[in-house]
Amino acid sequence: MTDRVLIDEDSIPKFPVHVKLRFNKQREQWVVLAPERLLVPDETSLEILQHCDGEVSVSGIVDVLAEKYDAPHETIGKDVIELLQGLADKGFIVT
Amino acid sequence: MTESVKPSTPQTNAEAGDSETPVVVMDSPLALLAELTHRCPFQCPYCSNPLQLEAAGQELDTATWCRVMDEAVEMGMHQVHFSGGEPTLRKDLEELVGHATKAGLYSNLITAGGTLLDESRVQSMAKLGLEHVQLSFDDIDEKNADYISGYKGGHKTKLNIAKWVRDAGMPLTINAVCHRQNIHHLEEFIQLAVDFGADRLEVAQVQYYGWALKNRAAFITTPQQLDEATATVEAARERLKGTLVIDYVIPDYYAKRPKVCMGGWARRFMNINPVGLALPCHAAEVIPDLEFDSVKDHNLAWIWENSKSFNEFRGTAWMPEPCRSCDRKELDWGGCRCQAFALTGEAANADPACDLSPFHEKIFRMAAAEALKPPPEFIYRRMGAEFNTPY
Repeated sequence: MTDRVLIDEDSIPKFPVHVKLRFNKQREQWVVLAPERLLVPDETSLEILQHCDGEVSVSGIVDVLAEKYDAPHETIGKDVIELLQGLADKGFIVT
Repeated sequence: MTESVKPSTPQTNAEAGDSETPVVVMDSPLALLAELTHRCPFQCPYCSNPLQLEAAGQELDTATWCRVMDEAVEMGMHQVHFSGGEPTLRKDLEELVGHATKAGLYSNLITAGGTLLDESRVQSMAKLGLEHVQLSFDDIDEKNADYISGYKGGHKTKLNIAKWVRDAGMPLTINAVCHRQNIHHLEEFIQLAVDFGADRLEVAQVQYYGWALKNRAAFITTPQQLDEATATVEAARERLKGTLVIDYVIPDYYAKRPKVCMGGWARRFMNINPVGLALPCHAAEVIPDLEFDSVKDHNLAWIWENSKSFNEFRGTAWMPEPCRSCDRKELDWGGCRCQAFALTGEAANADPACDLSPFHEKIFRMAAAEALKPPPEFIYRRMGAEFNTPY
């Protein structure tokens, strides 16, 4: 049995092999595809998910967004961790 | 972030027409359900296939299925679910999986197991891009499982397949079909999913369509058994949070509000049956007088927009009371048409799973009474089986 994935600033999030972030050309829409599940990320979520490449840490993702939106690291960090933890609990994100 | 398996934005646009006859705004479907065959080595009496099963000789060929998948992609569909019958009886399954991958469809195999799905086929399909396998189990007790499925040795094939799927690195959903003859093993079912390292467990209480409706008295649980099962699932969800996702389907008969069947009639899915008829849901053929179109005569986009059976119950304009004035009508879309027909004789009636239906109370009591009597013998799912009792 595997342990629950816990997301913190040091986690390096990525999609498991069977979860795909894809652009649907016909719909002109980004979607997250998973077994019998389909998520439509909003703009903010999408930006976070596009950084989940298994190379950048949560802290690194937050830095990028904090600079881009000129917002404090702590505020954005809380939102990013909350989003990714929720997705990890549903099996959409691993570390 | 929205999860599209849940009901989201209303699909009727009252502003464009008057409120009595709303204009139906049609979204493209999300997924294609490809029922490749009705053949199956298992004879599960809870099968939701129609009583009239299609013979092998009538099945669509490989080229037609490939064309259908291409058309699905053109329409913006995301996923294809290969089901049946038992889809692994199709020798061209690998070819179809490969085609789905090339076309850009996320593919899912819904299988009951059997000896034709061996280790090399599992590996080969993983390489061809199959994304996910859903494997159903009849019980955790081998003897009882084989009795329920009418296939001696069937349970063993499932255990092997579960292992091969995990070995091939594919995610696995275990579908535990639960009812009065195995519900006492629910805790062990959950453990089975944990032991296999499954990603998801579906605890699916039998839904009563097709063969399952014929066998309802053999399967329906008491409301007390259901409450116990619910408590077991809730405790397991808490305990296994983040390691195993558990989906839980309760029997409609004991619900208060109907399920959002198929995400609403002709809103989310297209089901193609083994001979190529396009159905708004896999059970739709039970409803008399619906006219179905074939993928042999039309492309999917034409069918989605024009086929009479798709338009019959699309949106909300067709609804009588109590649905018509209900503030949930664009949340549950009136529930299930097939069930409404089976239990009330009128497909347009409110799903009697809803306690606003005048039939609800009677059906609840009938089910609860059936559950207290000794279970009758199974009527096994077989081609050409004959029946005495009309449902």
